[in-house]
Amino acid sequence: MADLAFDPKAVEQLSPPLVTGQPSLHDVTEAVSIHTEIETHRNWYIALAISGSVTLLLGSMLAYLIATGIGVWGNNNPVGWGWDITNFVFWIGIGHAGTLISAILFLFRQKWRTSINRFAEAMTLFAVACAGIYPLVHVGRPWRAYWLFPIPNADLAMWQNFRSPLLWDVFAVSTYATVSALFWYVGLIPDIAIIRDRAKTQLRHTIYGIASLGWRGSATHWKNYEKAYMILAGLSTPLVLSVHTIVSFDFAVSIIPGWHTTIFPPYFVAGAIFSGFAMVITLMVIARWVFKVEHLVTMTHLENMNKVILATGTIVGYAYATEFFIAWYSGNEYERFTFINRAMGPYAWAYWSMVSCNVISPQFFWFKKLRTNIPFMFVLSIFVNIGMWFERFVIIATSLHRDFLPSSWGYFRPTIVDILTFFGTFGLFITLFVFFTRFLPIIAVSEVKGMMIQTEHEKHYLPATTTGSTEPVKAH
Amino acid sequence: MIQIEGIGNQTGKKFWRSLNELAATPKFKEWLVQEFPEGASDLLDTGSRRRFMQLMAASMGLAGLTACRRPVEKILPYAKGVEGLTHGVPQHYATVMNVAGQAQPLVVEAIDGRPIKIEGNRKHPLSNGAANAWAQASILSLYDPDRSQKVLEKGKASTWEAFQAAAKATFVGDGEGVRILSGAVVSPTLAGLRASLVAKHPKAKWVEYEPVNEDSSLAGSELAFGDRLRPQYNLSKADVVVSLDCDFLQLDNPGLNVIRDFAKRRKAVDSAVPAGHAADSKAAGHKTDEHKADEHQAAAPAAHAPAVAAAPVATPATPATESSTINRLYVVENNFTLTGAQADHRLRLRAADVQAFAADLAREVAALPQGLKILGQSDKFVAALAKDLLAHKGRSVVLAGPRQPAIVHALAAAINQTLGNIGETVSYTRPGRESSAVSITELAKEIGAGQVKTLVVLGANPLYTAPADLEFAAKYKSVATTIHLGFEVDETAAASTWHLPESHGLESWGDAVTADGTLSLQQPLIEPIFKTKSAIEVVAVVLGLTTSAYELVKAQSKLADPAWRQALHDGMVAGSQAPFVKPAANVKAVESALAAAPKAAVGLEVVFAPSASAFDGRYANNAWLQEAPEPMTKIVWDNPALVSPKTAKELNLEEGSVIVIERGGRKVEAPVLVQPGHADNSVTLSLGYGRTSVGRVGTGVGYNAYTLRTADAMGFGTGATISKSARTYALVTTQEHHDQAGRPVVREATVEKYKEESHFASHEDAHIELFQLFDSFDYSKGNQWGMVVDLQSCIGCNACLVACQSENNIPVVGRDQVSKGREMHWIRLDRYFTGTEDDPEVVYQPMACQQCENAPCESVCPVAATVHSPEGLNDMAYNRCVGTRYCANNCPYKVRRFNYFNWHKDLEEVGKMVFNPDVTVRMRGVMEKCNYCVQRIQEAKISHKVDGRKPIQDGDVLTACQQTCPAEAISFGNINDPESAVSKMKKNNRNYTLLHELNIKPRTTYLAKVRNPNPELA
Repeated sequence: MADLAFDPKAVEQLSPPLVTGQPSLHDVTEAVSIHTEIETHRNWYIALAISGSVTLLLGSMLAYLIATGIGVWGNNNPVGWGWDITNFVFWIGIGHAGTLISAILFLFRQKWRTSINRFAEAMTLFAVACAGIYPLVHVGRPWRAYWLFPIPNADLAMWQNFRSPLLWDVFAVSTYATVSALFWYVGLIPDIAIIRDRAKTQLRHTIYGIASLGWRGSATHWKNYEKAYMILAGLSTPLVLSVHTIVSFDFAVSIIPGWHTTIFPPYFVAGAIFSGFAMVITLMVIARWVFKVEHLVTMTHLENMNKVILATGTIVGYAYATEFFIAWYSGNEYERFTFINRAMGPYAWAYWSMVSCNVISPQFFWFKKLRTNIPFMFVLSIFVNIGMWFERFVIIATSLHRDFLPSSWGYFRPTIVDILTFFGTFGLFITLFVFFTRFLPIIAVSEVKGMMIQTEHEKHYLPATTTGSTEPVKAH
Repeated sequence: MIQIEGIGNQTGKKFWRSLNELAATPKFKEWLVQEFPEGASDLLDTGSRRRFMQLMAASMGLAGLTACRRPVEKILPYAKGVEGLTHGVPQHYATVMNVAGQAQPLVVEAIDGRPIKIEGNRKHPLSNGAANAWAQASILSLYDPDRSQKVLEKGKASTWEAFQAAAKATFVGDGEGVRILSGAVVSPTLAGLRASLVAKHPKAKWVEYEPVNEDSSLAGSELAFGDRLRPQYNLSKADVVVSLDCDFLQLDNPGLNVIRDFAKRRKAVDSAVPAGHAADSKAAGHKTDEHKADEHQAAAPAAHAPAVAAAPVATPATPATESSTINRLYVVENNFTLTGAQADHRLRLRAADVQAFAADLAREVAALPQGLKILGQSDKFVAALAKDLLAHKGRSVVLAGPRQPAIVHALAAAINQTLGNIGETVSYTRPGRESSAVSITELAKEIGAGQVKTLVVLGANPLYTAPADLEFAAKYKSVATTIHLGFEVDETAAASTWHLPESHGLESWGDAVTADGTLSLQQPLIEPIFKTKSAIEVVAVVLGLTTSAYELVKAQSKLADPAWRQALHDGMVAGSQAPFVKPAANVKAVESALAAAPKAAVGLEVVFAPSASAFDGRYANNAWLQEAPEPMTKIVWDNPALVSPKTAKELNLEEGSVIVIERGGRKVEAPVLVQPGHADNSVTLSLGYGRTSVGRVGTGVGYNAYTLRTADAMGFGTGATISKSARTYALVTTQEHHDQAGRPVVREATVEKYKEESHFASHEDAHIELFQLFDSFDYSKGNQWGMVVDLQSCIGCNACLVACQSENNIPVVGRDQVSKGREMHWIRLDRYFTGTEDDPEVVYQPMACQQCENAPCESVCPVAATVHSPEGLNDMAYNRCVGTRYCANNCPYKVRRFNYFNWHKDLEEVGKMVFNPDVTVRMRGVMEKCNYCVQRIQEAKISHKVDGRKPIQDGDVLTACQQTCPAEAISFGNINDPESAVSKMKKNNRNYTLLHELNIKPRTTYLAKVRNPNPELA
């Protein structure tokens, strides 16, 4: 085998390591599990206190809203949807990266996903939770919101209107939430079992024992687990596309200029992935530093995600250009006006914020230096999220505020309740994360180990190229 | 093509609620400190803890005690069935009411003894079923919780008995020092009581004062004819109509018949184009009204007059030998009025220059000997107009407005005489009432001289409306005994010795002479809700009479029983119009009066116009009217000062700048609205705002223009100055965009173009092939409801808007919510400017739900709360609506209205009585919109089913907006019936579908507008 001498450096250049510092399997277990086991850090309480307060603010805003009426928001006559649906689409979009990373990248055998998928999936769930609040409370009579679900009820005594994209939304979002939760939980089972096995108290042992569903790590377990995971990945994959496609139907199916456009499904999906990855970057940059897992979530991961941001950002920019082209090419007076109005009307500030954040800013990622610069990518990811929020706002508010008859034109201004409610959803999002990081492994331990073993194999037996097996080894 | 608004020009404005707040006067600061400005005393006693505990214990104990007593609720069944009354079936009674200083003939709908809707009296020649916005909104005032409810003596609660005793002691002897001040006495009974009062107390004097009046018109006729005569216009005969600052379609409307006649001649444009189906079928629309009214319209249920429905009398036919062509309207005015909006040619002049214009015109038509032209710049206009008038001798008319001085009225009379119009398009009658003995100026003088000991104010509010230079408020307080009868505890009430609560017109017996002289009867529909009396009853008390108002009115009418009951049923004595007199104008007198009249001073003038909402202030507490957008400015809950764009530029003003207007040492602060088409060097102020004591709705809304209005400038005054203050004020409007952005929204052409291209309106549709994926529902059977709105005759007057509000229980949201775009009106009157900023034209478009067959709202509702009926209605199932607002977003006409809050939350019990029980009161969180008055459709269907009659005939169902439209611009009916009025209208050449290219197939279509410009002025 001498002729096939293995040069680790060459391999490293070709495919940079996904785990650096050469930790042992035990080190990985330690790194990921320790934060659930040590005594609660004072900083955790501080974080919880802050995010919890903001969540309480969300709660009080929602209580005020439900007690008083939608009028506490800025919604008005031409602009029936304002920040409510903007935030709904924003949060749903955020969630997309999680499913994409866990499902599609899994199916494509993108190994680099393993260190970030748990985190991204959690983000999906929490974002969907934030998003899910809006459709329920944005209705005029939230106590009747359950009428949107096709459940037998004596009040309505009839079927919902299946022609309505809002009803499709109900199905799409609830399916998405369910499958994402299942997928996340299934992935968690072996890791919960690790924590159970390391438990030093009976209580921990019992709780994690129940949660791990009797996982023993036997080969049968692993076989079933892998199969289930694969099936769920398969189920999630179309959801990545379908959820935002259907969310975009809310607009595309209508007749309002600026909404009534066939480009919306791919444009929305690309935008969702774009914003989702940006959010993962934002959170991951913080988390890997806080939990000291820089060796597990490496620069390679971050750089790959930045590449996705660059790609999807460019798609989004292309979509914006296409919209303008079609508005001109269609010869439709109303359509043309809507787009000119977007760029030059009273909401031009929102439009140009969106363009600079979404189209211009990701172009910096063409440069490797910037793509691998942590402070830069952190700032840029926040820009992308601001831009993507503005994209939804621009689509909703600018299309509605001036449609067909000039007599009905108006303007939307958010109220303090709008702002605090949106702010509050971040509180909920962070609070859920705070709990997640305290009680569950934030990185998929078993998957990372599997990947490490594979890397070990490659190191020692590269010529044999035994890549098919990803047999994990239970760590101690 | 598209005009984009500047960015960021909406920010940075300071919001304030009243001029007082803005000024931060010490008085206002004090007011702020007191949490409850009226009546509440400050809690000054700090008290001890022990005392606090005692009080708490005592109040707890007392709170428990109240539980021991059940609330008294009287549920009294009818001991005997009332003839003709079925529970829940509306009854209609004819009556008459003093509306905005005029007697308006009305029919009131009552359900189970509760009046809920005011409509016009179809039998009355003045109304023909129509009623204006003020008349219809006055039903809300009936149930106003802020109405005056108690007798007050020096501000403290008292009783009628106490007042009666006091009156007995006061009104003795020859009446030395007794003065009575009332509004215009249009009631013969009250006039009779006045005569008896003066007979009993010969030294007493009765003064009439209306802040908005016909004084200058009567004075003008005295100049021209030597007799105080009232002009009666017959615009159905007029080919050329000239308005000299006379907004005869709205603020200066002498009777709704004038609008109807004018509109008929506008619609006659179709006769010029042979291909189409002329709009000749409008009359059919009112057929059923007659039938319905005959059925339900009964005499009063009061004990005096047991109800028996009487046989109908023939409607007095309009003596119209209509020419069959469109008329031509010339308007000369300072402010852009609704009449100006209908004009074919409009000349904007300062109100002060109209006199010179009238003189020029009189010379040009040879009504006066030739002389020097006064107004050089309008020569071309005058020449063309004069030529047009001379070409239409006997078929033209010149109207002069009430804000113009007597000489302009005299000139108009002279012109009309020269053109042979008198007796044709304008006739004269003697006003049915005597002129007042002393004017308010003299009264003020008498008070100042200490000659007045007792002053009785009947239904007037002189402390608010009297000319500012009379200093009436100070003088009023110097009178020993002041007795005020008023509907509200207003400015005068607060300063009076006695304040007496006045009954609403629907609560009291009375009578009135309408503008044409017809004796009309006012019968009550409800017992006084509070302990109130009418002016007739109060004067009876003063006279010591014990006869009831009913007996007084009946006696005054001199009618015996069958005729009396017939008159009650009809609401009037048929054929009692005042006879026409044949006056001859004395041109010499007019000429010398013109020579003597002062020339208009140059410089800035201030014009005082009544408000389209509050009128002279009497409707200030009426929330429907406050929230009805001013027809031209679309401003709600305010009365901005209107200036022309040029004047605004010169003075560096923009919308919302607060200006100080000063005239003769008096000043008032007002926010500015730049009104396109307004005359330069002129500022128009609306009266009726800035009330300091009226109720929760009207107090503190706007500024008080009366503070500038002096006795010598009741219409307008020159020599004013404007200075800009540093402050701004956010005016609230329901329409922020005023041009059509180049879109074919309101389609318009000239008569010439219409003749060339009869289907010009539908030709403006986008030329695209409409394609539908699915088969349409079969709408070829049964009743298929549809509507046509004729933009040619719509004058934009808000009558339909208020009718809809009243019929459909539409809530009022308030100024703040309107500013957020949450007004609830189901019908809005879109107003668009076309042409230049200085001399624009205006078009109106009533916009309500269009009942699309392919309704975009229906497919997007997730809970199927809005669905289509087999009769083509876009139904709303309110209790199924969860309020996603998706339907409103997807509505291309943006006519859906969402209940952002519970608008009825603060409604008091009495306020709830105004609701129409046939229409659901919507809760918060649901969507609502026009449904073609589906309750009226259902009512017609049910009654036809019960009667076993044939299918519903055309005109059996009238929507509220259609019924009240004075211009008869709205047709509604079954489009499956080729003979229905609406079907015929749909075949009109001018018919077009708005947003046709969306293929949503709206059931409401529009008839395009056609103007008739003079080719010489092109």
